[in-house]
Amino acid sequence: MQRHLISAADLTRDDAVLILDTAEEMARVADRPIKKLPTLRGRTIVNLFFEDSTRTRISFEAAEKRLSADVINFSAKGSSVSKGESLKDTAQTLEAMGVDAVVIRHGASGAPYRLANSGWIDAAVVNAGDGTHQHPTQALLDAFTMRRRLIGPDAGLGQDLEGKRITIVGDVLHSRVARSNVDLLHTLGAEVTLVAPPTLLPVGIETWPCEVSYDLDSTLPKSDAVMMLRVQRERMNAAFFPTEREYSRRYGLDGDRMARMPEHAIVMHPGPMVRGMEITAEVADSDRCTVVEQVANGVSIRMAVLYLLLGGNEPAVTHPRTEEK
Amino acid sequence: MDTHDTQSDARPVLEGPDIARVLTRIAHEIVERAKGADDVVLLGIPTRGVFLARRIADKLEQITERKVPCGSLDITMYRDDLRMHPPRALARTEIPGDGLDGKLVVLVDDVLFSGRTIRAALDALNDLGRPRAVQLAVLVDRGHRELPIRADYVGKNLPTSLRETVKVQLAEEDGRDTVLLGAKPTPQ
Amino acid sequence: MSKTLIRGAKVLGGAPQDVLIDGGTIAEVGGGLSAEGAEVVEADGKVLLPGLVDLHTHLREPGREDSETVLTGTRAAASGGFTTVFAMANTFPVADTAGVVEQVWRLGKEHGYCDVQPIGAVTVGLEGRKLAELGAMHESAAGVTVFSDDGKCVHDAVIMRRALEYVKAFGGVVAQHAQEPRLTEGAEMNEGVVSAELGLGGWPAVAEESIIARDVLLADHVGSRVHICHLSTAGSVEIVRWAKSRGIQVTAEVTPHHLLLTDELVRTYNPVYKVNPPLRTERDVMALREALADGTIDIVATDHAPHPHEDKDCEWAAAAMGMVGLETALSVVQETMVDTGLLDWAGVADRMSVKPAQIGQATGHGRPVSAGEPANLTLVDTAYRGLVEPAGFASRSRNTPYEGRELPGRVTHTWLRGKATLVDGKLT
Repeated sequence: MQRHLISAADLTRDDAVLILDTAEEMARVADRPIKKLPTLRGRTIVNLFFEDSTRTRISFEAAEKRLSADVINFSAKGSSVSKGESLKDTAQTLEAMGVDAVVIRHGASGAPYRLANSGWIDAAVVNAGDGTHQHPTQALLDAFTMRRRLIGPDAGLGQDLEGKRITIVGDVLHSRVARSNVDLLHTLGAEVTLVAPPTLLPVGIETWPCEVSYDLDSTLPKSDAVMMLRVQRERMNAAFFPTEREYSRRYGLDGDRMARMPEHAIVMHPGPMVRGMEITAEVADSDRCTVVEQVANGVSIRMAVLYLLLGGNEPAVTHPRTEEK
Repeated sequence: MDTHDTQSDARPVLEGPDIARVLTRIAHEIVERAKGADDVVLLGIPTRGVFLARRIADKLEQITERKVPCGSLDITMYRDDLRMHPPRALARTEIPGDGLDGKLVVLVDDVLFSGRTIRAALDALNDLGRPRAVQLAVLVDRGHRELPIRADYVGKNLPTSLRETVKVQLAEEDGRDTVLLGAKPTPQ
Repeated sequence: MSKTLIRGAKVLGGAPQDVLIDGGTIAEVGGGLSAEGAEVVEADGKVLLPGLVDLHTHLREPGREDSETVLTGTRAAASGGFTTVFAMANTFPVADTAGVVEQVWRLGKEHGYCDVQPIGAVTVGLEGRKLAELGAMHESAAGVTVFSDDGKCVHDAVIMRRALEYVKAFGGVVAQHAQEPRLTEGAEMNEGVVSAELGLGGWPAVAEESIIARDVLLADHVGSRVHICHLSTAGSVEIVRWAKSRGIQVTAEVTPHHLLLTDELVRTYNPVYKVNPPLRTERDVMALREALADGTIDIVATDHAPHPHEDKDCEWAAAAMGMVGLETALSVVQETMVDTGLLDWAGVADRMSVKPAQIGQATGHGRPVSAGEPANLTLVDTAYRGLVEPAGFASRSRNTPYEGRELPGRVTHTWLRGKATLVDGKLT
């Protein structure tokens, strides 16, 4: 593995499977009487959040604390961070306090990449979401959720997602979740189809390793998992689609549409959901919807990533696997 | 490529039948010392300790005609040398259904050497429950302890030099049962 | 008056000749000229060009003297072989009155490194709503003939039409920064494969091309001439080519960086590559080179845009757009146009001196290297190759995309009306 986790595209198939396998063991820690491991004792991790995201921050914080790391939370909300110097100065200030890793959420695409590659700091950088670029731990927890549900927690060990058909629906243009998922799912051998109105797909998407469709209904019966992306209401004002009603009629997931999915297929959502827009309450609350599981899995995945990046004297080494046993 | 060297230079100190015999003896000793082994839980330390624990559990079942709980205890995250290597892949920790509280836990490993693995295992146990007592069974004790730790059940005491290597091979993982004593490859 | 003899210079890349400068003029060009009473510069096969003219420079003074001043900017210009620069109007205050343009013009004159020809804003405050006093700026001591809201597009079609019409009265030209504003809201880089991957806001080619198409049609309609700043796409080339074939009076410029760099570099998220218009694709780069060679694009202009270090040492979104270019322009043109065989040195003289001087009406510049002409000259060591070292720049800013890159060619001497401003690569 590389020293930083900036993009899901930086992970090899073996890196990704190692993270998922490690997360599977981490998940079991949550069932123990003492949900804590001493592994990162004496390591200091700062959660540097320039953008509001209580869920992601809490998930990282839980993972860090379960691994016994010392955690510093830095929320830049309210302070002026529009100037780049703030990022550099803030990071350097934190590093001067002896930080081993920076978990960063930033509104500007590429900010974690800059932090990791500009010689500003030495600490390992974990991207917790940057602009409309990447959110690699989200993609990992999504893949983890798919592997557990579609293959099984134990049966999945050592396995990728070869041949699984994943449909991602919604605002791909503004979605770092979609970008990360396309990269990772492709690496893991899954077949990805993106479904959105053409206005919410980026120009240049033709080189992505996935299919693109404008038609949700024809895609659903061929899906093992359907991931609904959040669609912000304000997009409507920028003419990405006419009305909320029309969007949910064409691209929203309701009970009727869910019935067209194969029996085993699951519904996923990175949260927060906009009920009534991209997903109805009926679907969101059904057994097939993994939203709550995804949250729990997020902690396991982040524990796995932090352990594999920081648990030793250098990042974990993955060896090419022969198809084993 | 030390595999070749180890194999050519290594000599077996225990063969398949010897291993079966000593595991049977250990099982009997456990029954004897634990007065019937009613509350025994076996926890193997991955990788090979897990296979040894299962074998001992089978033998205990034959002796006592009761199923003996058997699980695994991964100590990777409790190691004291984590910072000296890249992180290792984790193995499974599997605690049998009834848990460890009030039980007699017998840790099972293949080779007892510095004692650091067992120290880590004791730490890990601490986070998993409160056993009545903890005992240790090993296939081979090769000496050179660095911590005040001793085994309760020893398959074979094997005095070694630090220049030697002890390699345990088990059918489940390696295709055959044997314990090999070899010379450490000299750095070229 | 002092005399200088340049011995053995390849004038416009031709056979070696001697050039004698007497005072502010070229006295004689020929073989075996007498060195009597003259300081001798051994050209030794270097190429002699008319002093370069840059129609598109940001000198930042007044207002942003932390990034550049007229002094540091003109020193950078002399270092790069320029004898005239046209200073863009987006200063603070904006160069939209006779007062501001005269100040810039006067500073250039006082420092004496390079003639400074101010460009006047088309609209008050570059706001695109109300015409600035174009006539007053023209009649001022600065004698402004080129008008531009560069940095912003004159996007209102009516304002653009009026500006094109109005400057006909005194032979002015409007230089358009072609960028449809609505199509480029939140734009951070070229829209395409790379922006889709990086999650950076796309600046589509059509935002440039649609304005160029509109403006050549407007120029045609009102019978005026229009100049297109920093043309950057293959589609823009097609439109200008079509307009020229129809006899529309349009001229166009390309920057050195658009002749060399592509949006693939943005993958590093390093803001030295952040520029407006953005770096485009390989296909665009090739089309621009070809268009410059065949004359569809008339000139090279640097769009020298200095920024202080802190405005580039940050994340992409927070960074300023622009690159310095005066001191590397000729090297990049040699690399992309001469060494590739697309243009000879006479062609370079045409695109970087003669034509820009014509478009901007810079009298005394862009003249032939022959007896009786003003001695505005640039001597280039074309055999040189070396790494770009920003630490050595005369510019106050270092925001070059070429740091550490090997480029050919080095300007060793520059003469402004016979006075050496650069000798052996050192400013006087």
